[in-house]
Amino acid sequence: MYAFDFEKPTSVADAVVALKDEDALALGGGQTLIPTLKQRLASPSKLVSLMGIAEMQGVSADGGTLTIGGGTKHAVVAAEAASAYPALAALAGGIGDPAVRNRGTIGGSLANNDPAACYPSAALASGATIVTDKREIAADDYFQGMFTTALDEGEIVTAVKFPIPEAANYQKFEQPASRFALVGVFVAKYADGVRVAVTGASEEGVFRWTEAEEALSGNFSPDAVAGLAASADGMITDLHGSGAYRAHLIGVLTKRAVAAAG
Amino acid sequence: MPKDHGIGASNKRREDIRFLTGTGNYTDDINIHGQAYVYFLRSDVAHGKINSIDTAAAAAMPGVVRIFTGADFEGIGGLPCGWQVTDKHGEPMKEPPHPVLAQGKVRHVGDPIAAVVADSLDQARDAAEAIELDIEELPAVVDMKAAVQEGSALVHDDIGTNLCYDWGFVEENKGAVEEAFSKAAHVTTLELRNNRLVANPMEPRVAVGDFNRASGDSTLYTTSQNPHVIRLLMGAFVLGIPEHKLRVVAPDVGGGFGTKIFHYAEEAFCTFAAKQLNRAVKWTSSRSEAFMSDAHGRDHVTKIQLALDADNNFTALRTETYANMGAYLSTFAPSVPTWLHGTLMAGNYKTPLIYVNVKAVFTNTVPVDAYRGAGRPEATFQLERVIDKAARELGVDPVELRRQNFITEFPYATPVAVEYDTGDYHATMDKLVEIADFAGFEARRKDSEAKGKLRGLGVNCYIEACGIAPSNLVGQLGARAGLYESATVRVNATGGVVVMTGSHSHGQGHETSFPQVISEMIGIPEDQVEIVHGDTARSPMGMGTYGSRSLAVGGSAMVRAAEKIINKAKKIAAHLMEASEGDIELKDGAFSVAGTDKSVAWGEVCLAAYVPHNYPLEDIEPGLEETAFYDPSNFTYPSGAYCCEVEVDPETGKVTIESFAATDDFGNIVNPMIVDGQVHGGIGQGIGQALLENCAYDENGQLLSASYMDYAMPRASDVPFYKVDHSCQTPCTHNPLGVKGCGEAGAIGSPPAVVNAVIDALHSGGHKVEHIDMPVSPSRVWAAMNG
Repeated sequence: MYAFDFEKPTSVADAVVALKDEDALALGGGQTLIPTLKQRLASPSKLVSLMGIAEMQGVSADGGTLTIGGGTKHAVVAAEAASAYPALAALAGGIGDPAVRNRGTIGGSLANNDPAACYPSAALASGATIVTDKREIAADDYFQGMFTTALDEGEIVTAVKFPIPEAANYQKFEQPASRFALVGVFVAKYADGVRVAVTGASEEGVFRWTEAEEALSGNFSPDAVAGLAASADGMITDLHGSGAYRAHLIGVLTKRAVAAAG
Repeated sequence: MPKDHGIGASNKRREDIRFLTGTGNYTDDINIHGQAYVYFLRSDVAHGKINSIDTAAAAAMPGVVRIFTGADFEGIGGLPCGWQVTDKHGEPMKEPPHPVLAQGKVRHVGDPIAAVVADSLDQARDAAEAIELDIEELPAVVDMKAAVQEGSALVHDDIGTNLCYDWGFVEENKGAVEEAFSKAAHVTTLELRNNRLVANPMEPRVAVGDFNRASGDSTLYTTSQNPHVIRLLMGAFVLGIPEHKLRVVAPDVGGGFGTKIFHYAEEAFCTFAAKQLNRAVKWTSSRSEAFMSDAHGRDHVTKIQLALDADNNFTALRTETYANMGAYLSTFAPSVPTWLHGTLMAGNYKTPLIYVNVKAVFTNTVPVDAYRGAGRPEATFQLERVIDKAARELGVDPVELRRQNFITEFPYATPVAVEYDTGDYHATMDKLVEIADFAGFEARRKDSEAKGKLRGLGVNCYIEACGIAPSNLVGQLGARAGLYESATVRVNATGGVVVMTGSHSHGQGHETSFPQVISEMIGIPEDQVEIVHGDTARSPMGMGTYGSRSLAVGGSAMVRAAEKIINKAKKIAAHLMEASEGDIELKDGAFSVAGTDKSVAWGEVCLAAYVPHNYPLEDIEPGLEETAFYDPSNFTYPSGAYCCEVEVDPETGKVTIESFAATDDFGNIVNPMIVDGQVHGGIGQGIGQALLENCAYDENGQLLSASYMDYAMPRASDVPFYKVDHSCQTPCTHNPLGVKGCGEAGAIGSPPAVVNAVIDALHSGGHKVEHIDMPVSPSRVWAAMNG
């Protein structure tokens, strides 16, 4: 990697200031950024670690909302969200391997918005709110395509607020090499309807499968989606599967997620 | 009751203490005072003409010692190929030069263009980025069949073709094979690809070159399976350094799997540069570099046809294979698809007529060479797949079809030039049927179906030629090396034994198993025996470890040397006890005179040899040290039968391995635990090939699977707990230990069982799928089911 300066502020306010420098980059758990630096594919002037900021840590449930600090590691979410939002905790517990889960953070995952990452599907399916140092962004407005979000330069994901659903489940079909989601489907049932978000499949990144949402909102059972087929248009084709295969998996996984959500 | 020492004891591996506690001495652990670091600037295009390389700005960067390019190696030898194959017309293969650093053209992604030596690795990388390259990209040659068509771009312009050789084996049999096919009652045809693999040893390659100006000696520390071979190839053919001025050391090496047999450019470079700069030069491969510079494995495209008579006897076999050589001939590349592949096409069966055609093709990809099994997995896979297909077409049981055609009498001369000394293929199959519980399969299938899964059972047999190899035979076949092995047994004055072997251990456990043989022979505890390997300054000239040869060939050399020791020690003992040499017996570490109570301990005899006060000096020399070179008279022929059971999820195409059983006949076994472990590891790699691993290039010669993000290695959760059985033992008839070798069996024997099981599962669900190319990934299974 190239040389860079390093800062580890202890407050969001200090981090915001530190990130004002030209070519400064925020560092969460570093699960994407550090390998990128090692390959010399990024050359920030400064890395600002967000891992020393206490106000960005932790999981808390209040009323119908689960709030997770942006710097909270996957392993912590897996353990501490288990009673309030078990489907989300299970998703966190299935990301990567133990080393990844004890470094990677929810804020880092959502800021990076890898098209095969797990968390974006949970945030979108839950209608979560992405809280930053300067505003709150609805998940529907936040995800804007592969590796693209509504975040401004230097804007920090400080927390994510998840409305707790009546029932939910995440089904991940792993890409055999990376074990990222070849396709992942998160289904969440709320009083006002069902939301279905798909990761891994689309060239546009995470998206909502609205046909399935409509069918499930009227009848939350696997049968309701049995006859539905996601379109292969715009689905990723690569070494690990065609767009048609990914589209097919969306249907299979949605059905399984509904069955598992009960 | 299992033995607790000597041959047959499952001794724990003594080397694991240092490997598992972080105290091993790997090549990357070696640092020489004042060493510089080299970073190789590698081609990012598959094929291109080098118009210019401007290193001026880079050379002025901080810390840069010197930048080398291909021009620095003009007049110096290229990397040699160790095997010359003769084509079906009697002409030698095409053998284009393989420069240490690219000259004129780059021929694959990863081809080294320049080497930047600097005080630190970061400085070297910084400077490499400042090198100005003008490379004119040329059309890439990727597809093997297109590569041999008229008008294809040429990887090597000066040889005028991409065809390295067109080999026919046995050419004289071709007419008879054709005739047998014309008379066949049934012909089964299968076309398949044996997928390209990357070996991925846990430790990437490392080379540290050093030069002693005072003595003029060069030393190379390298991750090699055969340091003497590297010394010979690099010294004699590349750098012109005689053996007595060149030492090659391969210390603890973290896995090889074949890919560390070969002589690589980086080794030659570091040795060369150290002498040029009078400073040690170190290179450590990154994992990314390993993907584009370690020799790859397999990559055959094959059409195989099996002819049967009306009674389902195999009457003839013919194959046509395109074998990828990559951009240059790696050290033993030409031998893999020919003599390590064609000679195994008889398998375990008495097929009387066989013809094998192999077209070896240059492409703009990383060189391809031996990878665990090397040719034999390719032979086994196609043969065992086509037999399964034939059984299905004929409506007969695949196990019975195999049994009906088994070779049952030994020695057996195949129509493909080898003679199997021993084997009992029915015995291993019988044992497999038992341990894999064939009888319970239908019930297990019903259980799977109740869960919505398709269950399949796949079986295959294998035979391999190991204990490589008789030198006079391989010499006739084009090998440019002997394939004997060496050992020096040094007995110290107080009775301890040091064995300096030419075999190399990079995970095989020689430091544990070799002493068991000495312990058995002399009757001293294993901890009195030390194994030295991996250093040309310490061991006699040996050929190293590959082809499941260490115990069969290296162990035999050790036995021969130990026999010389024992014979001499008996003379000394006879003298000490004033007895006749013919009456001396060695047992449990003591010499005795038959029929008397006279005895002298092993240690007393050893001391007498080095303190020869009372010693037959007129008859024998003092000291107790002997060297032996052992050249085998034949290959060894391990064989076995494997069974895999899978479940297929019909909704997603995902295959899970439910059970895997292996019965192997390895002849005699020295350490059963180590042998089990070798088979476990081999099956793991075979399952990797069958289900997961796929080294893929796009049409421009870009490596698509260039990291673990896209190259799927098997993980613990991908493999089952294996059932292995080695109780069927027909000892090798021609080596002193009766051993056959076990290192490659698992990787050779397992892929067809997995694929046969998947195809069986799909048929049980009504899917008439005849073949799916490896890796049998979920997407490929789904596509085949919905094709």
